[in-house]
This record gives sequence, structure tokens and C-alpha cells, in this order.
Amino acid sequence: MSDHTQENHIDSVGTYVKILVALLIATGLTTWVATIDLGAFSTVVALGIATCKMLLVALYFMHIRHSSKLTKLIVVGGMLWLAILLVLTMSDFASRGLLGVAGK
Amino acid sequence: MITAAAQEREHYLNASYGLKSWLLTKDHKRIGLLYLATITLFFFIGGAFATLIRVELLTPQGDLVSSETYNKLFTMHAVAMIFFFLIPSIPAVLGNFFLPIMIGARDLAFPKLNLLSWYLLVIGGAFSLFAMIAGGVDTGWTFYTPYSTTYSNSWVIATALGIFIAGFSSILTGLNFIVTVHRMRAPGMTWFRMPLFVWANYATSLIQVLGTPVLAVTIVLLFVEKVFHLGIFDPARGGDPVLFQHLFWFYSHPAVYIMVLPSMGVVSELISTFSRKAVFGYAFVAFSSVSIAVIGFLVWGHHLFVSGQSLYAGMVFSFLSYFVAIPSAIKVFNWTATLYKGSITFQTPMLYAFGFIGLFTIGGLTGLFLAALGMDIHVTDTYFVIAHFHYIMVGGALMGYLGGMHFWWPKMTGRMYPEGWAKLSALVIFLGFNLTFFPQFILGYVGMPRRYHVYPEEFQVLNVLSTAGASVLAVGYLIPMIYFIWSLKYGKPAPMNPWGATGLEWQTSSPPPVHNFDETPIVTRGAYDYTAVVSEEVEVG
Amino acid sequence: MADHLPQTGVPQTDVRQPGVPAAHVGGAHVPGAHGGHAAHAETFALRVQFDTEAQQKDASTLGMWLFLITEIMFFGGMFAVYTVYRNWYSDVFNVASSSLNQIIGAINTGVLLLSSFTMVMAVRAGQLGQRNMIIIFLILTLLFGGIFLGVKAYEWHEKWEEHHIPGQTGFHLEGVAPSEQGHAQLFFSIYFAMTGLHALHMVIGVVILLTLIFQAKAGKFSASYYTPVDVAGLYWHFVDVIWIFLFPLLYLIDRHMGK
Repeated sequence: MSDHTQENHIDSVGTYVKILVALLIATGLTTWVATIDLGAFSTVVALGIATCKMLLVALYFMHIRHSSKLTKLIVVGGMLWLAILLVLTMSDFASRGLLGVAGK
Repeated sequence: MITAAAQEREHYLNASYGLKSWLLTKDHKRIGLLYLATITLFFFIGGAFATLIRVELLTPQGDLVSSETYNKLFTMHAVAMIFFFLIPSIPAVLGNFFLPIMIGARDLAFPKLNLLSWYLLVIGGAFSLFAMIAGGVDTGWTFYTPYSTTYSNSWVIATALGIFIAGFSSILTGLNFIVTVHRMRAPGMTWFRMPLFVWANYATSLIQVLGTPVLAVTIVLLFVEKVFHLGIFDPARGGDPVLFQHLFWFYSHPAVYIMVLPSMGVVSELISTFSRKAVFGYAFVAFSSVSIAVIGFLVWGHHLFVSGQSLYAGMVFSFLSYFVAIPSAIKVFNWTATLYKGSITFQTPMLYAFGFIGLFTIGGLTGLFLAALGMDIHVTDTYFVIAHFHYIMVGGALMGYLGGMHFWWPKMTGRMYPEGWAKLSALVIFLGFNLTFFPQFILGYVGMPRRYHVYPEEFQVLNVLSTAGASVLAVGYLIPMIYFIWSLKYGKPAPMNPWGATGLEWQTSSPPPVHNFDETPIVTRGAYDYTAVVSEEVEVG
Repeated sequence: MADHLPQTGVPQTDVRQPGVPAAHVGGAHVPGAHGGHAAHAETFALRVQFDTEAQQKDASTLGMWLFLITEIMFFGGMFAVYTVYRNWYSDVFNVASSSLNQIIGAINTGVLLLSSFTMVMAVRAGQLGQRNMIIIFLILTLLFGGIFLGVKAYEWHEKWEEHHIPGQTGFHLEGVAPSEQGHAQLFFSIYFAMTGLHALHMVIGVVILLTLIFQAKAGKFSASYYTPVDVAGLYWHFVDVIWIFLFPLLYLIDRHMGK
């Protein structure tokens, strides 16, 4: 039985405060950077910042850093399935009309 | 000896009495029986709709019901059978009862959640039943927009809400099973010592957990579009109905594997037990369940070949669809190899297992026809499709369910069923099934479309054959219903291990004690090791 | 949606089912059965199906993570809808997005992040067994969650005043051609569906918080048993993560184009 209990790791208050400050700064940053015309990159930047914030929350607040391999696998698996949903759905919408056949 | 003791001994059925002891039970075995009662009710409701459909189709004219009523009949047949019978069938009844016992646990990880799941199914079922009684729903079980959101005046919301609620029942059951398999295995029960039924249910649970929420959100979007006019899929506002179909089939194609995978797990147990051999290529069969669960999520677009999906996406989905055939074939070949040189006995559960293998193979191979882009355009929305998925869902999933019910009935109730009647009904079901659905392959191929109650006279002979088969099939389903109930009172008391099987469930008494085992079992060998089985073969017949 | 959450998050308190012979329950503590330690039944509730407290805690945590995966897929369906229409009607979506109040959105994001911080502090207090601190931080979390919902309600009301509710008679979005008003309605359909379902999850979270505060006051939690706080924390952070993505996707698309 390899599934083993996660250690009860207690982070310091300082760590949590630092993460909170980083998250608030990132929120300000993403709001500000949206005012600049980056062309197609503005979406990339916005989602990049959001992903960083998600990682901070997940790794520190949700303690994934100290979690079992199984928990990490579950999280990665969930992301993968979300990607399957988005990518295969978009495979249709992105290739509509490429053949010049009506309705295809 | 055993029989006398069995009368006295305390077990899960006689530990407490009264309605409250059942409705508030946290015992996974009792909850399994609650599910059994619920889904049996829906099976007969769905069966009644099927009967009306087949009677209507006896003649080319629409002389029994109007076309509007006919639309409602096939919709409600599908809703009852798919969402309230097939999807909960094996996991919620047999899985609930046996998964914890098979891994040596005292219960599922979350017993209260398990009870809640049953209540959710009942509440969802009540909504759908209400819709059926109040006037029915006519959209087809797929609820395609914009018909369902904009034009249909039938009970779409009540039915969809019922399915939404039942979906959470399915999600919570899956979640419960996954945690149980990860956290509750008995000492020595390693992953590769688990029975293949447990593997199959584990894979099914993954689909339930990953797929069902997408159905849930799709129904929410349908709901807000119909009720609050948030027109998410509304073409009048530039929305795309095909997007609805993508979301719907993201769940509903894998849902087919929710129905058939547990059945495959049952068949693995049956084939091994009744040929007294370890399953050939155990690891391959175990992993093929998981890979069917995974690949099943990559193929949904083959339901959209003719509905405005791009041709490139169609090609991708068609190509990916073929990959499902690989793990399915691995299973069929490995079952066949297990039979080779086994000491095969033809008891009732084994008859169902044989039925499953043959019918599933036909259903699977015709599925390949439908996965081919060009062929699919010819047979889309014809009876070929109807025949194909009934071979999978009735010939496959239902055969496995009935096989499992016969196999485990002695353990669940402590009573043997009459073997002679059981063999007879297995035969009647097999013949009736083929007579019902084989003609539909031909009907579809020559061009009879689905979902019409009026058809050209040329199709009548095959339709009469099909209806005749359905009558035989109905008789075949009624016989087990009768002798199962009869056996509760008059059946011979079942010994601990009537089949000489290897699973942990056969090493506890029949019926099992409240916490499954008198002491926690310690597992020291693989799932199908027949060298150490203490068998108490019972005189059957 | 997730109204079953308290069931996963909150443990059952009845340790042993009545009518179970002692021998069965004793079976839970067979020494060496899982190589685990004997359960401290006096400090917290070990349910009959488990052998050790570690096993019970692991099961709850695993169950919550699996539940969060179902939530990812639930919101995933809406993200798919968003992605498709955003690509099709990007110009209209830009205008519609700009009609939202970014500053309020950003401040509300900050409030939600603060609530995540207080939530993780409540979990930390649980780890350390500081009962009073658990209560204080849970109340703070509740407060920030309430502020978030209040601001959200204000924003929705604003949309109502501006006739930006899809299906509303007189729906009109300034700066969009009459022929494309339908596409603007699609944006707001998605906006209300996504923020609405997010808010519903927040409301469920608030109910869970209230339950936890009540339980904490009853002295249920200690350093050896704070699992409900722990798994409720996971849920709360997850709802936060969803908002972290909703904020840029709904409020910040090409904001440089201005109103």
C-alpha cells in the first residue's frame, strides 16, 4: 500500500503573507497591463498572469507542495481532461470552412 | 450444518428491521438493494414504452399513436433506460454491494454520501417520472437545441432537471468508489491482486467523475436558455447549436462506457469462475478497462459527422474512434483465451457471459462501420444505428448485468435461484434479443430512418419479426423477475461459495454479516488463484 | 450544484453504529492490520469503516480533490463556450467586456484573495490546534466572502439598469451595430452564467463556513482533528482560482480599446 499520508507540514505566517502580497500585486499588474495594446499577446499575458496566480494559490494555499503524488496526479489529470475538452472542441471550430464545402 | 446455522446467524438483512432501518441505512449492501428496487422500476417503465413503440411499428400506418405521442415514447424510453437504469445498473447495485467486499473493506469510504447518492437518484427519477405522467417530453434523449430550448412545448425542464440531479448521484458514486479503491483495500490487497470487476468499476468511476459534470453544465446552460433567455446556443443571436452537441456528447459518448465497462468486469469474473482458470493476460484486461475510459473521451465527435461539424474535425474523430476497438478486442481475445483448456461449466451466469461476448462483438464491429466517415453518412439516423447501440447496451451491458445478478444472487440474498428456469430464461432472452434487433440492422441498411412511426410497406416483414422478437424478449425478462422473488422464500439456502469462485466475497457467509467480514481478511494471493479454493458446490437444477 | 458538499467536508460524528457488536468495531483496531497506530477514539471520531485516523483523513482529502476535479470539468464546459464565441465575435466581445467596471472587478478580486489568505490561516490555526484563532479566521473569511458577493450583486444590478441583461426588453449595448446586438447578448449570457455559477459556489462556501464556525465554537476541532477545516479550505481556494481566471477573461479583454 504505497498511498501514504501527507506530512503535516506547517508553513509560517510570513510565507502566507508573502504569497498574498504577490497575488495582490499580480492582480494590479494584470489590470494595468490590459490598458496597453499588446495585440494578440494581451490575452497570452492575461492568462499567463492568471496561471501564475493559480499556481501560487494551489501550491501554497492548497498545500500541493506537500501533497502526495496521488493528489498531484489528480490535479494534473483534471487539467489534462479540461485540455481534451477545449482542444478537441476547438479542432472543429478552428477548421470550419477550410474546405469551401457548404456547411463543412 | 451450514443451512441450519444460516437461519440463526446475524447478517446484514436481519440485523435490524423496519422501513427506517432501510431508508436511513449506511450499509453499502442495503443501499445496493435500494438501488436494485429503483432501477428495476425504471427498467419496467422503459420496457413499457418500448412495448408501445414495437406494437406501433407492427403496421406501416400510424394507427396506434400520433406522431407527437410517438416522439414522446422513444424519448421517454431512452431517458428511463439510459439515465435511470443502465447508468446506475451495475455500479450502483452490484458495485455498491460487492466492490467493498471484494477489496476486503467494511464499507465504502463515505457511507452517508452513498446513501445521499441513492436519494439523488430517487429525486431525479421523481422529476422525470413527473414529466412522463404530466405529458411527456418529445425532444429525443439528446435534447438538441434549438428545438429543446425554443420550440418544444413538452416537459423539457422537468426531465432535464431530473437527469441533472441523477447525474450528481452518478458523480458521487464514482467519487466514493475511487476513494474506496485507493484508501480502503485490505492488507495484502495490492492493485494487481484486485478482481477485474473492481478494475472495471474503477475505470467507470473515472468516467463518471470526469464526464458527468460536463453534462451537468450543459443542462444548466439549456435551463438558463429556456427559462431566463440567456441564449447561449441560440442561432438567432449568433450562438451555435453544434456547440451544444459537442458538450452533450463529451459526456454522452463516454457514458456508453459507463454502461458497458462494469459489464465487462462482470464477464471477466464469470469467465474465470466457470472455466476455473485465471483470466488470461490479467494486466492487459485490467489496463484495457482504464484505456477504454481514457480513449472514450477522445471520440465524441463521431456523433456529429452530419451535423455541421468541420470535415477535418470529422476525420480526426473518425481516426481516433478506431482506437477504442483495440482495448475492446484485447478483452474479447483474452476472455476467449481464458476459456481455452478450461474446465467449463454451463451454469446460468456463464450463459450470459457467452451471450455478452457474442453480442458485444457484433455491436462493437458494427460500431466500426459507424466510425467510418463515408459509411456513417449512409446509415446515419437509420435503424442500423438503433441495432448497433442496442447490441452494445442491451446485448452487452444488460447481459452482463443479468449474468452478475445470477452470479451474486446467492451471496446477496442467501438463496439459490432455480437453475433450470434460469437457463431457460437466459436462452429465451438471447433468442428474443437477436430476433428483435438483427432485423433492424437490415432495416437500417436498406434505409428505414429512426424516430418515425410510419414507414413504407416494404419494411413491414422485418418490423413484424422485430416486434415478435420483442415479445419473446419481454417474456424472457419476466421469468427472472418471478423466480428471483420466488427464491427469496422458497430458494435453497445458499452456501458460502456455491460456484467455487476465488473472490473475497465468497469467503464470507451468504448473506454477509453487517461489516462484511468477521475479521479483516489478509490477502496473500492473486485474484484468480484456484489452487486454494474451498468449494462447496451445491446441488443445483 | 454542490449542495452535497457538507457531506464530504463535514465528518459524521456518530462513531459507532448502534447494533454493531463490539467485536466488529474492535476489528477496526486489529494491531498491525494496516501497520497503523491505534485510534484515539476519545479525541475524535473514527468511523467504523476506517482502521486509522490517517486513513480517514486521507480519504476525506482525496474525496475533496476528486470533487474539485468534477468542478474543473463543470466550469470547463463554460470555458469551452466562452472560447468558441470569443473567437467568433472578438470585436463585439471587446466592446462588451469594456462595459464592465474593471476597477471594481480588480478590487473584488483582491477581496477574494484576502479571503483565501484568511482561510489558509484558519487551516494553519487548525494545524496548531488554536481553537480561537480558527474561529477568528473563519469569521474573517466569511466577512470577505460576503463583501465579494455584495459587490457582485451591485455589479449585476448595474447591468440591469444599463439594459445589459440578455433577453431583457430594450437590451442595447452602445458601440455595437444593431445587427450585432445578438452577439453582445451572447457575451452577457456567458457573463451571467459564469459569474452566477461562481457566486452560487460562493454561497455554498458561505454555508460551509457558517457550519464550521458553529462546530469550532462547540470545540470540535483540535490539532489532531481539523479535517473539515482543511477540506473546506481546499474548496474555498478552488472557487478563488476559478475567479482568478474569470476576472481577466470577462473584464480585461483588450481593455486598451476603452469604452
